Amino acid sequence: MTNHQNNLNTEKIRNLILSWLSKRLDKDSLQKLTDIASRLIYKAEDWEVFSSVSGVPRFIPKERLNLSDAELIEAKRLRAGWNPASWRTDQIGRTLLLLSLAEREKDEFLDKLEKLFISSDMEEAVALYQSLPVLPWPNELTERAAEGVRSNITSVFNAVALRNPYPSEYMDNVAWNQIVLKALFVESPLYPIIGIDRRANPELAKMLVEYAHERWSAGRTVSPELWRPVGPFIDDTNINDIEEVLKHPEEIQKKAAILALLDSGSTSADSLLNEYSELRVKLKSEGVTWDDIGIQFERINSTGN
Amino acid sequence: MSDSIEDLFFIDPHVHMISRTTDDYRAMRKAGVVAVIEPAFWLGQPRTNAGAMLDYFSMIVGWERFRASQFGIQHYCTIGLNAKEANNEKLADEVMDLIPRYANKEGVVAIGEIGYDDMTDLEEKYFHAQLDLAKKMDMLVLVHTPHRNKKEGTLRSMDLCEEHGLDPSRVIIDHNNEETVEDVLDRGFWTAFTIYPGTKMGNERMVEIVKEYGTERIFIDSAADWGHSDPLGVPKTAKLMLQRGISKEDVKKLTYQNALDAYGQSGQFNQDDWLNRPLIDQRQTFSGNTVLRGGHRPFVEEDMTDNDDDIIIQ
Repeated sequence: MTNHQNNLNTEKIRNLILSWLSKRLDKDSLQKLTDIASRLIYKAEDWEVFSSVSGVPRFIPKERLNLSDAELIEAKRLRAGWNPASWRTDQIGRTLLLLSLAEREKDEFLDKLEKLFISSDMEEAVALYQSLPVLPWPNELTERAAEGVRSNITSVFNAVALRNPYPSEYMDNVAWNQIVLKALFVESPLYPIIGIDRRANPELAKMLVEYAHERWSAGRTVSPELWRPVGPFIDDTNINDIEEVLKHPEEIQKKAAILALLDSGSTSADSLLNEYSELRVKLKSEGVTWDDIGIQFERINSTGN
Repeated sequence: MSDSIEDLFFIDPHVHMISRTTDDYRAMRKAGVVAVIEPAFWLGQPRTNAGAMLDYFSMIVGWERFRASQFGIQHYCTIGLNAKEANNEKLADEVMDLIPRYANKEGVVAIGEIGYDDMTDLEEKYFHAQLDLAKKMDMLVLVHTPHRNKKEGTLRSMDLCEEHGLDPSRVIIDHNNEETVEDVLDRGFWTAFTIYPGTKMGNERMVEIVKEYGTERIFIDSAADWGHSDPLGVPKTAKLMLQRGISKEDVKKLTYQNALDAYGQSGQFNQDDWLNRPLIDQRQTFSGNTVLRGGHRPFVEEDMTDNDDDIIIQ
């Protein structure tokens, strides 16, 4: 059935998930999941709906899906931006059940979905939030997504914020800015936030600079990725901060400042770039991108400290 | 001596951690407790609506489990409507609808703790209903036996379980004493004892029971909660048992292995969870809350050695 604000063909997505799982699960587990999924479409009572979603890891192993490139392309073809590359079999099993439930009437589906969220344990919450991009009625789910952003268990927050096309497509600036700020706060990387460049905005840039000030006052450093959404909004009010970053002893911080300046195009940015032309040329010859900075910083963080 | 307590691990299969402090978690871990089971129970103050119970269930599958993990302890729970609050019929009816939303979750090891308190008709009604549900969902059952009229309550609890066709090997009868132990063992149920000062078992009495009845299907817990109770009840009793000449092998059965065998039947309680758990990282936080407040330095465990003395006393 096709619907519902985002032109998703949920039936096709269900079939795709089943085709992936059929190559990865044993026959009995697959049969069990298929049976439950078809019951959820029509007749399952409430208790069965809830305990089915909870019970998925009881018969589906928590193993990486390890989707092939071809399979990932197929995913993106059905839902632009959908990237289940890091998902596990139990998680996508839960997505399948949600999509079966999604074949019911809108109100009934949304009511049950919200109840599932409210009573979710940690693992369920992750599976539910990362399923957001393939669920129908996305305009009705923005509040729920914002609640996920408020969650401070990193895995739950990351399920909404990272590698998830939903937030940049459906959440307003207030919620979006919280995602970026909070990602920095809980030390999640920014580069996996889909739409990080497209959704940059002056309010966010201001908040990020303020946050950097706060950290500096406390004698702490900030992630070099912080300057990524600031770049397009460099002006006379914050050019001194960029200059500060250029004096940082760590190369990765300097590189981030140069990239931010390159994203600006303002005259003050250009004149600062001229002062650091050597570094700029080096960066260009190395072909360094924001994603490279993010990946490199993530690596330093996980091995250092 | 070979009978040292140092290399023993413990399970406390009945403890209400939501009423305990972080100091308790640290002390338990130091004393060798690796896993706890938190049975759903009442909170001292009666709940007046089902929403309060919903949040409570969410808490024991969510935040409390996360909090425990931050101190190196694996946390499990049981889900059920306790006997006291079964006496509020409106509440009880609504809670019965909530239980299936939680009972099948990961780490939920049984329906419980259920049973009798004053042995009223309503208590019996919801005891029946939950035994039905356990049967339907193929789950273990944890039975709370009453403080008053204990012997009759215990016998009737077992009658009910049998009436519903539950296999005694899948039912844990808790809070036993000298008066009930024989019947419960004879009828094939798991026989748990609570080391709780005042109202339940003292640990010297426990030693005597073990000397008389052995170790098959017997295990101990602390049932520590908001009352005067001791979250170290299990390791302390283990120590006393060793001092009184009970073999280390038997102590292990009573304080670890039997609880593991009983609740392991759920498929949700696996030794691997704590033997191969990830190292503690207090930088992780849960739902807007961290166990650390006010700039406390996070404890990040490097290995199994305990160097978490980061409390500043000046």
